[in-house]
Amino acid sequence: MTDQASSPSTPKPDAPPPLDSEVAQLAAAEREIAVDVGDKLVEIQDLTVRFGGLTALDSVTFDIKRGEILGLIGPNGAGKTTCFNAMTGVYRPSSGQVLLEGEPIGRSKQHKITRRGIARTFQNVRLFGEMTALENVVVGLDARHKVGVWGSLFRTPRLYREEKSAIDRGMALLEFVGIADKAAVQASALPYGYQRRLEIARALATDPKLLCLDEPAAGFNPAEKEELMQLIRTIRADGYTVLLIEHDMRLVMGVTDRIVVLEFGKKIADGLPKDIRNDPTVIAAYLGEED
Amino acid sequence: MSTGTPMGGASESQARADELVDETTKPSRLRGLSEWWNHLPRVAQWGFLLIAVAAAFALPLVNIPLITTEPGNNWPLATAEMARYALVAIGLNVVVGQAGLLDLGYVGFFAVGAYVAALWTSPDSTMVHIPYLLTLPLAAMVTVVFGVLLGIPTLRLRGDYLAIVTLGFGEIIRLLATIIPALKGQVGFQQVGRPPGENADGNPVFANSEGAPWYWLTLTVIIVVMIALGNLERSRVGRNWIALREDEDAAEIMGVPTFRYKLWAFGIGAALGGGAGAIAAGQIGFVNNQRFDVQMSIMFLVAVVLGGQGNKFGAIIGGALVAYIPLRFTAIAEYKYLIFGAVLVVLMIFRPQGLFGKRPHLLTFERRAHKRIANLADAPTSAPAAKEAGQ
Repeated sequence: MTDQASSPSTPKPDAPPPLDSEVAQLAAAEREIAVDVGDKLVEIQDLTVRFGGLTALDSVTFDIKRGEILGLIGPNGAGKTTCFNAMTGVYRPSSGQVLLEGEPIGRSKQHKITRRGIARTFQNVRLFGEMTALENVVVGLDARHKVGVWGSLFRTPRLYREEKSAIDRGMALLEFVGIADKAAVQASALPYGYQRRLEIARALATDPKLLCLDEPAAGFNPAEKEELMQLIRTIRADGYTVLLIEHDMRLVMGVTDRIVVLEFGKKIADGLPKDIRNDPTVIAAYLGEED
Repeated sequence: MSTGTPMGGASESQARADELVDETTKPSRLRGLSEWWNHLPRVAQWGFLLIAVAAAFALPLVNIPLITTEPGNNWPLATAEMARYALVAIGLNVVVGQAGLLDLGYVGFFAVGAYVAALWTSPDSTMVHIPYLLTLPLAAMVTVVFGVLLGIPTLRLRGDYLAIVTLGFGEIIRLLATIIPALKGQVGFQQVGRPPGENADGNPVFANSEGAPWYWLTLTVIIVVMIALGNLERSRVGRNWIALREDEDAAEIMGVPTFRYKLWAFGIGAALGGGAGAIAAGQIGFVNNQRFDVQMSIMFLVAVVLGGQGNKFGAIIGGALVAYIPLRFTAIAEYKYLIFGAVLVVLMIFRPQGLFGKRPHLLTFERRAHKRIANLADAPTSAPAAKEAGQ
């Protein structure tokens, strides 16, 4: 079993220089793109989540490094989504903590955590169905907007500035995920694959440091999965850090730099995809022990 | 309805989705009015709006046979009541239609507004007296305080639970009016104030029996409110409201401070309800504890649902209709709950989005966005990321 000790050996992702990348410029012009890949972006320390008598997460510890694609895998009910929810403030940890850039997330409200730089998508698509694709993305962009009720009411210059840039940035993000031509279509009327892409665009719109994808390939056919892998790589190449929960082993092995494996709420492995593939503990967790 | 979520059906969503995108394949009957309206130049839109506003101002003066409520009810007075209901419906629409918070006790805010006007202007009250027109903003401010006080503990609740608590709030206000001695229960307050001004014959312009001036006052308030709400709608505020109505958890995770925006919706809704209450108190000239019951809350809600939840123009029409029908058809007025109940059932089956189901615009630069999308459609090779991702 590998653990923290193996993390320094993680290869630096072969990210192209993020400053050249298009979406980072368009979608978040003011963004400070951290190029020093490899320092700890998120530290998860002894994270425990209990629901009554059930321990869904049992002192799980791992790091997410800036600029990497980290896979979080495990059999059903292993605690992957619970871990996500604890990181994004949906659940309060029973003990342990999550640090973002060295600062504890603590008991911050969810929308504040989003503003601090953690964005996510949902296992079951949860778009704002009545709104158009573009409006969905603009809600994500609003997370960085400063204008409030009074500014909107009296139409301040800042409102016009923000709204104008929201259109451009929103369209750029939709273009990035490849659905710009559907910008005026209501989200609930989009095909399923487009809805998944739109969710990613909406999450990127909040200008996250860490993008958490909860089973983004669920319900996809192999061709769509291939497209998604490409999209995730492009996102990373633009300087985002990605945490990926996924069942599909081929996708996880193909796209991640490092993998953390959970089983029954405990971390059982942490290492490079090729090591995880051959890890007897992981194989046992997925296929069962030999008698 | 029980969860306060919008009632948009799937087919309707589809119809809206096709708007502007797939004009060629869309059946022509669905394009209709809104399509035509959206493609008008802005000057033309303003022109039509001006004509509509002028027509609205002329309403109490044109007594058209068959449409008029006379001889049963005085027509100008009827228009005043219609405008009042419209104002209430606009306010409730912010709460129910936009933010998706089902409020069954909205009459409570209306009552607070009416009592504010009465307490500060009626000779029956021992309070300091102020000019009637000042009680309108005062009523709005006081009801905002009530709205925030009610909202802070209760807006953590959702759907049915919030509905029940607000139902209780409406009743509490009514009962307080009965048991607090200073509010004088059924005796109430006579001679509530009115705006200044006298006619040539020495009678006040805003006499209780003169509907038209009250109608014009209410309509002016409505126009100001519509402009203000339009500004809010086409900005972050409107988007955040719709987002939290659609999926509160997802909205919060996308960075929407949901609690704060719910409170804003509640406060704005309360202010408009309170303002309408103060206008009602002035026009009727008398306030006691008898008129603020649950049925009235339900009628307000009917107005919003009838007009089309989330659409402020729909709310105006819905409010006006709810006031108009019992006044016009006096023979059936006492069955109005039965009739509106039946109408709602029929509406839910055939047109769940209400008479005006059109979704509001949520972007300040809607036209700019449409232009960009149209440019994309003209240049089919303009989605390189899709291709790149698809390699």
